[in-house]
This record gives sequence, structure tokens and C-alpha cells, in this order.
Amino acid sequence: MSETPSVEVIDLNTHYGDRQVLKNVSLTVKPGEIFVIMGGSGSGKTTLLNHLLGLLRPSSGTIRILGQEINALSALEMQDLRTRMGVAFQSGALFSSMSVGDNIALPLREHTNLDETTIGIVTRLKLEVVSLAGFEYLMPSELSGGMIKRAAFARAIVMDPRLLFCDEPSAGLDPVVASSIDDLILRLRDAMGMSIIVVTHDLDSTFKIADRICVLDKGEVLALDTVDAIRNSPNERIQNLLNRRTEEAEIDPDAYLRRLLGEKEKLRDKPESRRNGL
Amino acid sequence: MPTPNPSALLERLGRAAARGLSEFGFAATLLGQSLYWLVLGHWRRQPVRAASVAAQAMDIGIAALPIITVLSTTIGLMLAIQGIYTLKTFGAESRVTLGVALSVVREFAPLITGILVAGRSGSALAARLGTMRINQEIDSLTVMGINPVRFLVAPPLAAMMILMPLLTLWADLVGLFAAGLYISIELQGTMAGYADEVLSLLKLNDLLHGLAKSAIFGVLVTIVGVVNGASVSGGAEGVGRMTTRSVVHAISAIVITDMIFVFLVTR
Repeated sequence: MSETPSVEVIDLNTHYGDRQVLKNVSLTVKPGEIFVIMGGSGSGKTTLLNHLLGLLRPSSGTIRILGQEINALSALEMQDLRTRMGVAFQSGALFSSMSVGDNIALPLREHTNLDETTIGIVTRLKLEVVSLAGFEYLMPSELSGGMIKRAAFARAIVMDPRLLFCDEPSAGLDPVVASSIDDLILRLRDAMGMSIIVVTHDLDSTFKIADRICVLDKGEVLALDTVDAIRNSPNERIQNLLNRRTEEAEIDPDAYLRRLLGEKEKLRDKPESRRNGL
Repeated sequence: MPTPNPSALLERLGRAAARGLSEFGFAATLLGQSLYWLVLGHWRRQPVRAASVAAQAMDIGIAALPIITVLSTTIGLMLAIQGIYTLKTFGAESRVTLGVALSVVREFAPLITGILVAGRSGSALAARLGTMRINQEIDSLTVMGINPVRFLVAPPLAAMMILMPLLTLWADLVGLFAAGLYISIELQGTMAGYADEVLSLLKLNDLLHGLAKSAIFGVLVTIVGVVNGASVSGGAEGVGRMTTRSVVHAISAIVITDMIFVFLVTR
């Protein structure tokens, strides 16, 4: 496998209105590694993911996916790049008007000239991989939460991507099902050799699957290291996160008074307005 | 009582105007992009597939036939009854066919078709897009390398532009037939005589006037539905709100455009 990093982020800065959400974020994901982006709510991890997926445009900074700078690509090049990466969204984001099988077959139908028989075989093959064999004719509304996540994984890997993104794979699942999703992620990496980027706040699953962890806090990379190094980190904020301690917020009397008086923050520009297209 | 703050009022007014303008711009962009994908999609490896246009056409057109038939029959009858009643004042009942034929073909058939399709398909389109947006399905299309405008907007737009004139033509025929039944019974004429009269009175221009309008209504219904659906925020309640808004906007757009079109064309 080539030595170009799967993902390379250099000095990424981004704003929602006047508020800076990501501050000088830099990271590198090596080929074949499971890279976990961890952080509490509001740490900017979802924003970072949306940038990696090319759904948002950064204020400044460079993002290279599989060696290509995504904000400098033409529409066609971006389309080619997107066929080499898969995404499993938090909610699954299966198309509710299509059966599970049609959902999984959609990228093949849109991006390849394979005949229907081959598409059917590939679809069933991927369903086997995620242990959902025989469910292809069901509609997404007839599946349980864990099954929806599995089907989303099957759709994400149907084009055999070199890079897989997972947004909160274990959110909203019971511990047993969540753990089976972790096993699935490990199996996918071992079987297909893809790099996997997982965004999560689930500590158990992070320690189980991660090769390296990036801890994001208030839009900054607090730490980026191997699992053991993060576990033994002397940094107080990391230990707070790992031991589920709430942080004492520093008290700023002026800011407190301003909040009580209800002075508005300037947050009028909504994130949606920065989206490209529809 | 709170004192009204004129600067706050001005600010609200300005923001509302800016919002409206940006929505208008979004609509124009969507229309442009859809036409772009319809024409050039094949060469950009994002073809608009005939199968999905056909599926939309079934949904918009064939499924709407029964209700369009019922309402055009009613409109035809209503116009015949009103026409004869009004013209009786002058003893000119025999001239009723002229009024009925022209108003059905030029005005009522396209308008009633447009309003029905706005209520049925425009709202469905808004609800579908809105739900897809809040479920991240649109993001999911984008990251798969499938252009959402090409995949979700272009097929219904193409289907509407083809189907609306066809539905209007059907509404013309049904409306005229129903009016003919009433007129020939009431004025003791024959259907054949009525048909002859209609054919000699109507010019191709009248028919095309109605059909061209209906194609424009189709574009309006689609774009208004999509713009509202794509602007959904705030969960299921937001979807409901935007669906209602899309029907109201689409019908208003149809009626206003109709007036402008008639004004421009008849000068």
C-alpha cells in the first residue's frame, strides 16, 4: 500500500458566524489505521467530520483525502474521490423510500455499469459481511436501530472504499449491540485493509477499536496519540474526560452578568448558510 | 405597553426582505441546476434517468387523473350553468358555447390542474425533501457522489413539464364535454352540433395558451416545493410547517403568474 496518508488536515480553522468552532486542527490518518476522533458534545467533532466529508468549506486550512486536496478539486474529481470513501451516518440515513437492498445497491447503480445480476450478488455479499443476510427486501422502517446501523455500513462499503467514516456508530444502542458494531468495524479493517475514522464520545468502544485517538476539546486538538498514551496522559482535562468528571467552569463575573441580562451573542449566521448547494 | 422601536421594525423588515430575496435566488439556482443536469448530466456522469422521471410521472400524472376528471367535469358544468343564467338576461343563451369554450381552454383547465397538482405533488415533494434533509439523507447522497439536485429535483421537474400540459389537455376535453352535455340538454341542441361549434370557435392559439401556462405552473409547483422542503429546520414540526407553506406559495405563484402571463400575451 502506498505511503500517502489517507487523511491529512493542516491548520484547519472554521467559524459559524463570529464563533470559531475549530482552531488550528492538524491531524494525519495512516493507511489501514482506525482513528478515533473523541470529544464531548460541542467539542467540534461533528463539524470536523463534515469538513472531512467536504460538506462544509473551512475558513482556512488544507484538507487532503487520499492525497487530494478536497477544496481544490473539480466537481468530477470530487465525484471520483467520493466513490473511494464511504460514510456511515449516525442515524444511518438510509433512504426511507427504498428497500434495504436498493439502498445498498444505489451507489453501484449510479456509479458503475454492472448488470443487475452482479449488483444483486454484490449487495447480498455486503449484507452477509454485516450479518444482515436475508433482509434486503425489508424497508428501513422495519429494521431495529442496530440493524439500521449495519445496513448503513453495508451501503458505505459497497464500493470497496479505501476510507470509511463512521459518525457515532454506537450512539443510541444497547451495550451488546454497540459492542457488535465495534467488532464489525475491526473486522472491516482486517478484511479490507481500509482506514477507518470513527467519531464518537463512547469511551469503551474507543479503547476497544482505536489505533490512535484524537481528543478534541473546544475546537482544539487536546491530544493525538496511541490508546495507551492517552490513557496514561497526565493532562487534567483528558483525565476528566476519561473518568467522566464534570469540569468546574471558570467563573467570569462579567460574562455571567451579561448572560443574566440576556445580551445577545452574535450568532446570526447559521451553519446551514455555509453549505454548498442543496 | 411596550413602545414600538422604529429601528427594530426597520431591521425586521430588512431581514425579511433579504430572506425573501435569498429564497428567490435559491429557487433560480435550483431551476438552473436542474435544467443543467437534464441537458448535460449524461456527459458529466450524472445522468437523469428515464426510469425515475417515469416513476415521478406516474405519481404526478396518472394518480391525479381521477380527481382532475371529477373537478373538470364540475367546472365545465358550473360554467355552462352560470353562462346560460347570465346570458338569459340578454336573451343570448345560444352564445354560451363561446364563453364556456374559451374560459375552459384558456383559463380554468390549466388553473384547476395547477392547483390540484400543487396540493397533491408539490406538498408531497416538500415533505419528502424536508424529511430527507432532517434525516441526513441529502448529505448521504452528496457524500456518495450523487448530486442531490440531479437525483431529487431534476426528475420531478422533467415529469411536471411533460405531464402538466397532458393533464391540462385532459381537463380541457373533460370540461368541454361536461359543459356540452348540459348545454345540449338545456338548449335542446345535439352534442354533435355543440362539438362543431366548439371546433369552429377555438383556435390553436387558445389551446397553446393554456398548455404553455400549465407547463410554467408545473415548473413553479416543483421549484416552490423543493425550495420549501430544502429549507426545513426543526424536526417533524418543521416539515409540516414547510409543507403547508409550499402549498400556499405554489397556489399564490400560480395565480399571480397566470395574471402576468395573460397580461403579457394578450397585449
